[in-house]
Amino acid sequence: MKLKGRIWKFGSDVDTDAIISARYLNQSDPKVLAKHVMEDERPEFPQKVRKGDMLLAEKNFGCGSSREHAPLALKAAGISCIVAKSFARIFYRNGLNLGLPLLESSEASEMIREGDQIRVNLTTGEIFNLTQKKKFFAKPIPTFMQELIKDGGLIRHLRKSSRLPEKKRF
Amino acid sequence: MRKALITFAPCPMPYAPCPMLHIRKKNMKAKHPMTITEKILAAHAGKKRVCPGELLNVRIDLTLANDITAPLAIKAFNEIGAKKVFHRDRVVLVPDHFTPAKDILSAEQCQVLRKFAKSQHLTHFFEIGQCGIEHALLPEKGLVLPGEVAVGADSHTCTYGALGAFSTGVGSTDLGAAMATGRLWFKVPESIQFIYYGKINPWVSGKDLILFTIGAIGVDGALYQAMEFCGETIQRLSMASRLTMANMAIEAGAKNGIIEPDEITLQFIQPRAKRPFRIYQSDKEAHYAGVKEYNTSKIHPQVALPHLPSKVKDVREIGKTEIDQVIIGSCTNGHLDDLRVAAKILKGRKIAPSLRLIIIPATQEIYRQALKEGFLDIFLLAGAVISPPTCGPCLGGHMGVLAEGERALATTNRNFRGRMGHVQSEVYLSGPAVAAASAVKGRICHPEEVVKKG
Repeated sequence: MKLKGRIWKFGSDVDTDAIISARYLNQSDPKVLAKHVMEDERPEFPQKVRKGDMLLAEKNFGCGSSREHAPLALKAAGISCIVAKSFARIFYRNGLNLGLPLLESSEASEMIREGDQIRVNLTTGEIFNLTQKKKFFAKPIPTFMQELIKDGGLIRHLRKSSRLPEKKRF
Repeated sequence: MRKALITFAPCPMPYAPCPMLHIRKKNMKAKHPMTITEKILAAHAGKKRVCPGELLNVRIDLTLANDITAPLAIKAFNEIGAKKVFHRDRVVLVPDHFTPAKDILSAEQCQVLRKFAKSQHLTHFFEIGQCGIEHALLPEKGLVLPGEVAVGADSHTCTYGALGAFSTGVGSTDLGAAMATGRLWFKVPESIQFIYYGKINPWVSGKDLILFTIGAIGVDGALYQAMEFCGETIQRLSMASRLTMANMAIEAGAKNGIIEPDEITLQFIQPRAKRPFRIYQSDKEAHYAGVKEYNTSKIHPQVALPHLPSKVKDVREIGKTEIDQVIIGSCTNGHLDDLRVAAKILKGRKIAPSLRLIIIPATQEIYRQALKEGFLDIFLLAGAVISPPTCGPCLGGHMGVLAEGERALATTNRNFRGRMGHVQSEVYLSGPAVAAASAVKGRICHPEEVVKKG
């Protein structure tokens, strides 16, 4: 599976309050969330983000709260993939659970610039910078996760494998 | 030598806390030494042995969601096609964030929880009046027990590690799946051991120890890892301080924070537990990804500066920092012990006229106890406003949102940019002693500036 998109670059420790402030969490409509995504970090982001755009960040992207509204807002705003040096763990799980591809690569995080055009191959982890003509490799996504992404997130994965409630255990 | 595995065997009387101690395999050397986190996960995955990095399908003892995260989790639950929750006693819903409902949309979110709780016949849905801040409420009600696995759609679910449970925050989709199946996949985390030794300085609490630790290792210093707190200082810490420490493990990026249960844990949990539980301890030869040792006699009250919980300084190193608002409360520091410390400092004193002090007992029970012990009167006379239990201001929700350019000192857990309101406001974090003293002075200060003896 290949994706192509334009890069928005962010720094370290971008927290979930910065991605979507709690003042918008009295509801969970993805369209409403998308209108305010990243606005405290970069006020122009919600207006200027285009479908297919990608985020690039340094370490610990998505730290803080467990709000799934954060990856949901990014996905609804059209973000197709996030490449970072590292992700905070709850955000990482939430992103994948929603079928939002997340790749970890220190090199890509350092070398890719704002506005660069990037092509990402999710199967191989290859990240190709079409603007700079440079190739990077992300940590391969574990097989377990690949299946989850292939199924389109955790819900579809569960539906497919029909892992419904077990018999009474208590 | 393997430490004793102590089991609280199922009692002949169902749901009665069992006082019987069973000591198994005492003094036997562990064949495959494991940490407490690894042991709990192994037991919940039906395995004798697990290693860090291993993916497990883990049995969940308890799930938790609040008024922000439950609506999405319930949506996920329905989308999976599930009809019934895995166990109606083990799915807990706590509307605590924007409650009492701050606006129409928040009220509607609470309604989603209320309807779901009714249709699924949930035993533990806490309407305001019985409610409290989830991570103070669940331990108080004995809903999470040592040796259990708890997941919550709230990042501070890691709090229950203080009881010797494996507990961690997840997103709403994960939670929806867990509510339906009673299971969730986990990667076994590596563990880091944090050993605290030495005397505890006056006015220092668990909050100062954990702020100091986060300051030392950074906001991703324990990313994906388990933080195991131990050492003689921890053994002397109150349950409230332990809950505070485990609560903030997430602020170092950790998957969970955990403390081996001991006498103090048992004293707290036994009168509350309504089902048998099991105590796990790390083997002496267990493998740790790292060991950090801190001499607590060198740790003084700490303050985290904006805009990261890791920007920590000794309170005496902070220059003159005037504040507009002080908040004492939250899942981190809304315990009775925290209010007691604040009352000790505020007794017979008035807060600075330039400042607002908001005090939030974390649960109804804490509120009642604070009233009984006379703390609320002290707070009211000092000029504080007392809020019903709510997460409210901690996340900039309600009950004390900051305006542009305002500066708050809070006993909460996060000070990200805009966390408590306007993006141009600032949040400093501290323990309740520094917060109460600073409310009197109008600027951030050491409690000794206000009260001579700790």
